Amino acid sequence: MSAKRLVDLFVYVYLALFFAYLFLPLVFMVAAAFNDSRFPTMLPWQGFTLDWFWGFDSRGRAIGLFQDGRMGMAIWNSVLIGLGVILVSIPVGLAGALFLQTIRTRAKSFLYGVMVSPILTPGVILGISTLVFWRYVFDVGGGLMLAVIAQSTFIAAYCMLLFLARLERFDRTQEEAALDLGASHGLMLRRVMLPFLRPALLSGAVLAFLQSFENYNTTLFVIGIEDTLTLNIATRVRLGLTPAVNAIGVIMIALTILGAVVYEILRRREARATPVEPVAAG
Amino acid sequence: MAELFRRLGAVAGALVLGTVILWVLFLVVLPQLFMVDMSLRPHLPVPEQGGPADVRSLANYATLFANDAHRGIFLRTIFSAALVTVLALVVCYPVAYYLAQVARGPTAALLVLGLVVPFWVNEILRTFSWFLILSRNGLLNQVLMGLGLTEAPLNMGGVGAVMVGMVYAYILFMVFPLYNAIESLDRNQIEAARDLGASWPRIHARVVVPHAKPGIAVGCIMTFMLAAGTVAVPQLLEALPGGTNARWFTQVIYSLFFDGGDWNSGAAYAFALLVSCVIFIFVMMRVFRVGIADVAK
Repeated sequence: MSAKRLVDLFVYVYLALFFAYLFLPLVFMVAAAFNDSRFPTMLPWQGFTLDWFWGFDSRGRAIGLFQDGRMGMAIWNSVLIGLGVILVSIPVGLAGALFLQTIRTRAKSFLYGVMVSPILTPGVILGISTLVFWRYVFDVGGGLMLAVIAQSTFIAAYCMLLFLARLERFDRTQEEAALDLGASHGLMLRRVMLPFLRPALLSGAVLAFLQSFENYNTTLFVIGIEDTLTLNIATRVRLGLTPAVNAIGVIMIALTILGAVVYEILRRREARATPVEPVAAG
Repeated sequence: MAELFRRLGAVAGALVLGTVILWVLFLVVLPQLFMVDMSLRPHLPVPEQGGPADVRSLANYATLFANDAHRGIFLRTIFSAALVTVLALVVCYPVAYYLAQVARGPTAALLVLGLVVPFWVNEILRTFSWFLILSRNGLLNQVLMGLGLTEAPLNMGGVGAVMVGMVYAYILFMVFPLYNAIESLDRNQIEAARDLGASWPRIHARVVVPHAKPGIAVGCIMTFMLAAGTVAVPQLLEALPGGTNARWFTQVIYSLFFDGGDWNSGAAYAFALLVSCVIFIFVMMRVFRVGIADVAK
């Protein structure tokens, strides 16, 4: 018995250490955003402040995160790119999923491999190959549009896997029934297939936006002279670090947790959802 | 292809087929081919491009292996990424096993949620949190000095710091595949092995690990690929005091593109990195006997 106790104790200590390792660095980072210290650190604690969100230093200069216009621009760019990625990745991923689920050729597993390969490719390579290709073939240089394209190469593949998993649970007799009863293909898609796919489309959009918003490695190569939120954070860490970076961290972690919770809820609801809503007449 | 039109009709079928062709060609295949083509050409001023001097050769790849500094960084990057992968696997296996097989009910759900939340926190922020711990005025130095273990702050930058940052940034890409694989193992199999007198090491070696093979392969592939291919982690941790000697291969590629303007060598270096990752993927698939459909799903 005591040997088992010892093993249990060891397991609990290990788990406690593991979760401390996961969370403590983030806790320190968040705490440092509220410390009244010129350098971002939690120790020594010099008092609570919100100056790193909005405030002025002793000489009256604005030091807060929200007073920084470049930051606003960077966030705006990140949002634009994220919306662009949704617009590209959802239709492309949907087409890919329908294509792979329908075709019966022997090349299917090869095509599957090609279509998911961007997920297994390092992000920098996706950025570089996109940059080279669009520069030389279409004379398109780095910028917001190229960032959307480069990120979509792998985010569309993630969406495709999501849709494919949903389609696997689709009862194909329903679409056949709709066609047999005289529905056109368009009507069947609109009234049978898309309603079934809707929850997956929604969680795909959230996933695509989150993936795009936090991307660094791919974006770095294709963004040109523009700025995004993650690039802005990295630049601040390297040049002129102040706890305003931690203030960004606090906001991003809050938004990420919110986004992750929404995504998990959507995914669970999608997993539980009943096969198809009733087909309305028309 | 005919099934596509039979199922979706002419219009939707054509749309799906067209979209897939555009995607595969313009976003996946052609960019890679153009990168390879560029890597085979010499770096020339614009007027000479396409001229008689613009012939394909392996010269850019030869440079990578002739340049001691670059070759050293390349080999160190690959080796460090492999080490990060092994560390992540060793650290994560007990956690994944406990969550998947031992913990039950709300405790298990809560612990899994405890993994999901940091998983979604951005790679840059996760790296930055370690930057703050390891920096000159950072937490670790404060603690060490507070305990009287050191008089002056230590320089903590370097290869070790980059690897610590990477294990932290990518550890969850190892935990989840392992957890998913081990969770699908029937507990009765473990009970049976124990009833038949197998020791714990033997149960893991003969029952759990064989069952978890696809998860181990996926976790290793993702972790290695992210560690070898990241530019975020080394770029941030390079700013630590003493961190300048820890350049990563991706940083060499970046500076070839944007500081030197030599896209040709940059493309060759990028392709060398890609080939290393592909070799790693195939080795893993062979060692653990899993297919591509198990790896990406």
